[in-house]
Amino acid sequence: MDFDLSEEQNLLRQSAERLLADQYDFEARKQHGQDEPGWSRAMWAKFAELGLLAIPFSEEDGGLGGGPVELMLVAEAMGAKLTLEPYLPTVILGGGILRRAPESLRQRWLEGVIAGTTLLSLAHAERQARFTLSDVATRVRLDGDHYVLDGDKSLVLAGDSADALVVTARLNGERRDEGGIVLLLVDAKAEGVTRNGYATQDGRRAAEIQFRNVRVSQDNLIAGPETGFALLQAVTDEAIAALCAEAVGAMSAISGLTVEYLKTRKQFGVPIGSFQALQHRASDMYVELEQARSMALFATMMAAEQDAAKRGRAISAAKVQIGRSARQIGQEAIQLHGGIGMTMEAAVGHYFKRLTMIELMFGDTDHHLRRVAETVGPL
Amino acid sequence: MDLRFTDEEVAFRQEVRDFIATNLPAETRERLQSGHHPTRDDIVNWQRILNEKGWAVPHWPEEWGGTGWGPVKQYIFREELQSAPAPEPLAFGVYMVGPVIAEYGSEEQKKRFLPRIANLDDWWCQGFSEPGAGSDLASVRTTAVRDGDHYIVNGQKTWTTLGQYADWIFCLVRTDKEAKKQSGISFLLIDMKSPGITLRPIVTIDGGREVNEVFFDDVRVPADQLVGEENRGWDYAKFLLSNERVGIARIGVSKERLRRIRELSASEHASDGTPLISDPRFAEKIAEVEIDLKALEITQMRVLAAERAEGKGKPNPLSSILKLKGSQIQQRTTELLMEIAGPYALAYEPEREEGSNEPPIGPEWAGLSASTYFNARKVSIYGGSNEIQRNIIAKAILGL
Repeated sequence: MDFDLSEEQNLLRQSAERLLADQYDFEARKQHGQDEPGWSRAMWAKFAELGLLAIPFSEEDGGLGGGPVELMLVAEAMGAKLTLEPYLPTVILGGGILRRAPESLRQRWLEGVIAGTTLLSLAHAERQARFTLSDVATRVRLDGDHYVLDGDKSLVLAGDSADALVVTARLNGERRDEGGIVLLLVDAKAEGVTRNGYATQDGRRAAEIQFRNVRVSQDNLIAGPETGFALLQAVTDEAIAALCAEAVGAMSAISGLTVEYLKTRKQFGVPIGSFQALQHRASDMYVELEQARSMALFATMMAAEQDAAKRGRAISAAKVQIGRSARQIGQEAIQLHGGIGMTMEAAVGHYFKRLTMIELMFGDTDHHLRRVAETVGPL
Repeated sequence: MDLRFTDEEVAFRQEVRDFIATNLPAETRERLQSGHHPTRDDIVNWQRILNEKGWAVPHWPEEWGGTGWGPVKQYIFREELQSAPAPEPLAFGVYMVGPVIAEYGSEEQKKRFLPRIANLDDWWCQGFSEPGAGSDLASVRTTAVRDGDHYIVNGQKTWTTLGQYADWIFCLVRTDKEAKKQSGISFLLIDMKSPGITLRPIVTIDGGREVNEVFFDDVRVPADQLVGEENRGWDYAKFLLSNERVGIARIGVSKERLRRIRELSASEHASDGTPLISDPRFAEKIAEVEIDLKALEITQMRVLAAERAEGKGKPNPLSSILKLKGSQIQQRTTELLMEIAGPYALAYEPEREEGSNEPPIGPEWAGLSASTYFNARKVSIYGGSNEIQRNIIAKAILGL
């Protein structure tokens, strides 16, 4: 048992943190958000230069062969600065699926992903599904040597700027069956794909995407109806683990901002941090932060577990802790800041909003608590 | 980074588990499993079995019986004891006064006391708290006045746990009334048979007799029973308290209780006749504690890893979290056990603890569930109340 990082991992963390410290303070972030398409392509190129976009891909695919620990370090650093760029959809979701795709697809797409010239996303969620991962109504049928896609996908992260989409669709079975789901790689500009991009509450982008009679050649099949769901599940769990780390970065930052505010803001002639009522609330935030950090480490450790039931239970447990901590820390940070916390001009509210969105993504706290409660076995 | 235990640590855990399985008296294990406190004999016998094995005082200096285990192995050992469940070593000797004597005592004191603590030949109790002192430990009013080669002790201690069995008590006493609060305190070892000592039990809300008041009326204490230097007692007390916080999360105890909660909620029925565990509301309550406990376990691992890296001595600020969360989880598990008992938690049958032949009202295990819940309210009060822990976090960590 050890929590030590290897020399390479330390280096990775330091270089990511240094880049963001230089180029991603709160004012710079506002600028990045003004860029087309709602985040900074210049920053994205710097991420590529630093190798951040190559982390999870194998060395033979041109990547760095990193695992959950490396992704955790980057996600935490990005969470601390509330970066807007589509790292989760491109590298962790789209990339996570593509790196397990047949060789021809990896060869065609990964070079661009790693170079920062190709953006990906996962078009999976549907309006009716809420948090049920296997709820896929989008249909796909085989027509000669092409698949034909029909359906509507919702809340596709950074879907408006993606070059290629990993799309989940049902080849057979009932709407919520785990079997029968296939994963296809679809060019975002293919005929029959209509994208409607919009802003999300946390300053990022998402898209509603319609697929109407979209013809996809057979060699774009990533996973067939027997393996599609398991792959989707594995990558979703990896994404939740990374999201937990991102949340820890954000919670750590927002807690730091709050403590700083308590030390400097004066009322009744003294710093408000001298009031015990506020001290105890800040202490509880700290406890929640450290418990969340522990569970983010747990999620990282379990993200690569092969046994899906065991992995899922652990990931859900982590998401519950993150969700509870995020809600308490976020709300308390606003409360302790008082009026200024309610304004767009203070950073604290932006962290609060991102944390709230993280809570609601990939299954909210109740969803994951139910998953832990319904399953057995030691955590 | 690898959060799993090493093969060696896993093997060590198995060795400890096997030893406990073979050597822990069955009646002791059964008593603890059913929620009863261990008897005096349970504690003494088990300590002597451990001592024979060489595991009585793992964390002490090797010269005095320590095993030389690192923090991780020490943690595994305690967790296995707690989850067996086996009686834990009597903390007042093994974790409190023993390390203080080993660190600050004279050679003569070490020889005289340490082997008898390890073998539990002497039962020690703690004389720190005083009436009105609460968490403000340094406001000691019990006095010790030097008279030739003796101290004359007058005053009162309270919350003295299991003092009714004690042969010795270690006390904080005021030796300099003029000095500032913390600096006039000394650390004195007192024979409980000394003339002038009276003990009065305090009955706690669970109906138990666990704690006592101890009165000192002109008690003569040989001066060679002073630990270290006069008026330096507060330093020794701080050293003692930092040791106390290490095991305070009691993760093994909560793990064992969670096991019982899962077991019982599968066998006990809710009002509609189905097992309690199939009630989603109840299942989620259990899941919430499980998640809390897992998070705390990893926080505990982080504390141990930091301790291993930095060496002992510097108390890790994270240990306040262990106290805060650990106590909340312990309390929550006792609540859930009582909720499983439901109406059968109402019956109060203290005489059954002494082994009555009358059949219990309701299931055997349910009889103590409310008492255990009442008793567990103490854990967020002792060892530095949870509010004190929040003060520590605010000051020492957040710099407020």
